[in-house]
Amino acid sequence: MSMLSEPSTSRPFDVHGKPGERTSAPAATGRRDPVDPALCRQWLRDMLLIREFENRCMQQYQDKKIGGFCHIYIGQEAIAVGCTAAVRPNDPIVTAYRDHGHALARGMAARHCMAEMFGKIGGCAKGKGGSMHMFDREHHLYGGHGIVGAQIPLGVGLAFACKYMDEVIDGRPNSRVALAFLGDGALNQGSMHEAMNLAGLLDLPCVIICENNGYSMGTSIHRGTTMGHDIISKAIGYGIDGYVVDGMDVLSVYHDMSAIVEKCRRESRPAFVDMRCYRFKGHSMSDPRKYRTPEEEHQYASDDPIGRLKLHLEERGELSEAALKEMQKEIRDEVREAIAWSESSPEPPMSELYHDVFVEPHGPYNGTSLPQMLQGKDLR
Amino acid sequence: MSTAIDPTMTATREIEFRDALREAMSQEMRRDPRVFLLGEEVAHYNGAYKVSKGMLDEFGPRRIIDTPISESGFAGMAIGAAMMGLRPIVEFMSWSFSLVAADPILNNAPKMLYMSGGQFGCPIVFRGNDGAGGQLGSTHSWCVEGLYSNVPGLKLAIPSCPEDAKGLMTTAIRDDDPVFFLESERVLGMKGHVPEGDYLIPFGQAKVRREGTDCTLVSFGRPVNFCLDAAAELAKEGISCEVLDMRTIRPLDIDSIVRSVRKTNYCVVVDQSWSFGSPGSEVASQVHQHCFDDLDNFVHRVHSADVPTPYAFNLEQEYLPNARRICEAVRSCLYRA
Ligand SMILES: Cc1ncc(C[n+]2csc(CCOP(=O)(O)OP(=O)(O)O)c2C)c(N)n1
Ligand SMILES: [Mg+2]
Repeated sequence: MSMLSEPSTSRPFDVHGKPGERTSAPAATGRRDPVDPALCRQWLRDMLLIREFENRCMQQYQDKKIGGFCHIYIGQEAIAVGCTAAVRPNDPIVTAYRDHGHALARGMAARHCMAEMFGKIGGCAKGKGGSMHMFDREHHLYGGHGIVGAQIPLGVGLAFACKYMDEVIDGRPNSRVALAFLGDGALNQGSMHEAMNLAGLLDLPCVIICENNGYSMGTSIHRGTTMGHDIISKAIGYGIDGYVVDGMDVLSVYHDMSAIVEKCRRESRPAFVDMRCYRFKGHSMSDPRKYRTPEEEHQYASDDPIGRLKLHLEERGELSEAALKEMQKEIRDEVREAIAWSESSPEPPMSELYHDVFVEPHGPYNGTSLPQMLQGKDLR
Repeated sequence: MSTAIDPTMTATREIEFRDALREAMSQEMRRDPRVFLLGEEVAHYNGAYKVSKGMLDEFGPRRIIDTPISESGFAGMAIGAAMMGLRPIVEFMSWSFSLVAADPILNNAPKMLYMSGGQFGCPIVFRGNDGAGGQLGSTHSWCVEGLYSNVPGLKLAIPSCPEDAKGLMTTAIRDDDPVFFLESERVLGMKGHVPEGDYLIPFGQAKVRREGTDCTLVSFGRPVNFCLDAAAELAKEGISCEVLDMRTIRPLDIDSIVRSVRKTNYCVVVDQSWSFGSPGSEVASQVHQHCFDDLDNFVHRVHSADVPTPYAFNLEQEYLPNARRICEAVRSCLYRA
């Protein structure tokens, strides 16, 4: 697996590791099969879509179309896109509250994601979940989750179900892998450690991916986490292989995650990934970011994962300026349409207040129904 | 020396709810070195809701302690420190996150004195943002008074205004037992007259926030303000409501409620937690017991809807115990619906 390059003097900021300190990551293999340029362009499109979506989200939040807490994924797009590319469509995933990117990368339509934040009936959860709770049954997205660390045991449970369904019910080898995403702040929750022990103990095919952006709110990883420069040491204590992956580079994410995921699938074992990245925006919409310097932000922003992929394609003559322009226009239109659609989607009717408490009608509760995006779909 | 006074009588300056909380904590930290504050983002970030703003500068990192996101760990750690005689203040960024620490805060703190046969007390304050109303969705909108008031061995304070916030917080910190202190992020910016010195508001003493003759409105915390709005609205219809701000749920000042209900003969309880097994149902039960012959109708209750908190604005507004729903309950209780 890849090691991050040593920080050079032109990159004075390193939020993850203390320069020169060894990590317990296995050495890089260096093996990189070339990726089909069409696939790369698709990833570029996916990343640009998330970027545009998030930028417009921030506007909609300022305009008070979106309420509650809203966490922006800008800077981390390569992770959701690269990880999605590295798994099969029916491999289940679960993540925390910074979840718009995962939903879009997984294939949720921008309009259903946006309408959820608008609190409209057309949202993926009929407007009842909000920004932190993107769920998509069709695309095997088992939620964004708001309580820090809560989703990690759930992810291990998804892996448990995958293995159980294959091995116990169907009597064949395990075929699926679950991905559980978390932030670096969640490393310090008991749930993370209990989940890792269980995954290790029960040989569960779960990749626990720490999107290590160096901060949990205003707390840098080194102020909140022991061994913050070497977090895979935590997995090693549970007998789980750990890997450091460059989360700012979609090609690295794809290559490394493909290898990790296939190993987990084959061996029916968990893995842990220190996915190094940087959150370009504030923690949520009200964060003055006084805990880090503009210089640090600038350094990471100049290493934009989208810029990196663009450069990769351009250097190989695989992306014309015209094609890029066209792509950007399509994306702008798509997100604009998603906003217009969300505006026009009705508010959930009051009966929704008592809908979905139970599956069956019971007392004041009036049963359940599928959100618009799943109506008419065959879900198996 | 501090005294029990009615702060509104003496204060002239106005400060925010959050400032009142901070003033109480800071004053207590100045007079007692055993008091310290810990929690997520309380120090360098000045608190997620700026309640602890500036406290790191004054008291330094040994007494204003940033913790990792490890609620179970730091709550338990603080309880251990309290058993040794320190007086920790634990901030939960939101009481919703205290569920992660349910075992230490419910199974240790309130039971320590009892199960050690009186040997080890637990002088600790847990505090933080409680309640819905900010479109934060199902997991972040807990009104934990519904859950936690069920547990013996803890005291539960829930101020509705800045002056009470300071006086109740001072009492909480000096209390030798565990105190759960519930603040609402929705009112942290509310301004009110707050005296500058330290003062104590005794636990278990309700305050009449509005006098009236036709119906007693009993409430706790932020919804007291909805009751005042509703009372103003109902006054226009010729209905005179007496609004009781309970200030603490445990201990519960049932005497004040009984006194008022004997006067008005009607009672509506407004409680932002869910109805089933709640402070509201407890008050109703006790009023029925003590005022059986005084009541002209059964005690009516207004709660949050009995469903997980929805995100959508329109659903959440309907979900909450708002002034409109309180007015409806009062009219119904008084047979004027
Ligand atoms: C149990 C719990 N405690 C506290 C919070 C408040 N909170 C939300 S996000 C967050 C920081 C998490 O940081 P990290 O895990 O690094 O994820 P990132 O925001 O960087 O994606 C905190 C403290 C919460 N949601 N749940
Ligand atoms: Mg982080």
